[in-house]
Amino acid sequence: MKVRIFVRLKPGVLDPQGRAVHHALEGLGFDGVDDVRIGRMVEMDVADDTSDEALDKMCAQLLANTVIEDYRIEKVD
Amino acid sequence: MAFRSAVVTFPGSNCDRDMAVALEQVSGTAPKRVWHGDAELPEGLDFVALPGGFSYGDYLRSGSMAANSPIMRSVKRAAERGVPVLGVCNGFQVLAEAGLLPGALMRNAQITFVCRDATLRVENAQSLFTSGYEAGQEIVIPVAHHDGNYFADDETLDRLEGEGRVAFRYLENCNGSARDIAGVLNAAGNVLGMMPHPERAIDPAHGGTDGRALFESAVRSLVDA
Repeated sequence: MKVRIFVRLKPGVLDPQGRAVHHALEGLGFDGVDDVRIGRMVEMDVADDTSDEALDKMCAQLLANTVIEDYRIEKVD
Repeated sequence: MAFRSAVVTFPGSNCDRDMAVALEQVSGTAPKRVWHGDAELPEGLDFVALPGGFSYGDYLRSGSMAANSPIMRSVKRAAERGVPVLGVCNGFQVLAEAGLLPGALMRNAQITFVCRDATLRVENAQSLFTSGYEAGQEIVIPVAHHDGNYFADDETLDRLEGEGRVAFRYLENCNGSARDIAGVLNAAGNVLGMMPHPERAIDPAHGGTDGRALFESAVRSLVDA
């Protein structure tokens, strides 16, 4: 089973990287970009019988730092 | 009485030697050197130091891989027993990722790596790490980091301040840290994480010796105990 984990900074947490990329987009002449926030996507191949609970634990214990980040689990197939 | 300390080296640590030299110079006893893959810390330790560097190449998040390395289970148990644990720079990131300290260290607000002397104010001069300073004393300690922007939610920050767990603050915020926080203590007061490098300020040849009192405080706390 392929699983994608989307990790992103919680709303309200400053994202200096996103801000710099936003600035660069403006520098390239792209108008109308209101905000840019950068996250991380982790793609995993896991055993088909991997439980949702196990996936959740992987996220909470390692893949995301829940002090500053939220995560979303997406099963691809 | 010999001061029995240990310095943990992770793959990518680069301040472990400086930390060991500082501990030996101040305490008179060379620390044990421990590798990240070791299962256990040496027995009967008085002090554990997690040094600066870029453990595991900062993969995933700074400190996140090291926080899950085998030796950290033993470090956590030692911290729970009350053994003093100091994490400097990457060591602070490791302690936060390991849940031994609240909050997280994020990318510097200005994005750039910051490497310079920083003036800190000692906020808590009662802890076993800071008793050699005066409350409110200003000290100069070098900083060198990319991910030193301390973050915690307001409730946590209020609690840290209310409980006197902010050990040091930057006089001039160099990385965007919430409330200018440069170092925090755990609730029991035996775990300190700080971004500035006290081990780089213990010898006049370093250009300053303001970090020395931190190690002297820890050594003295053992003698007094």
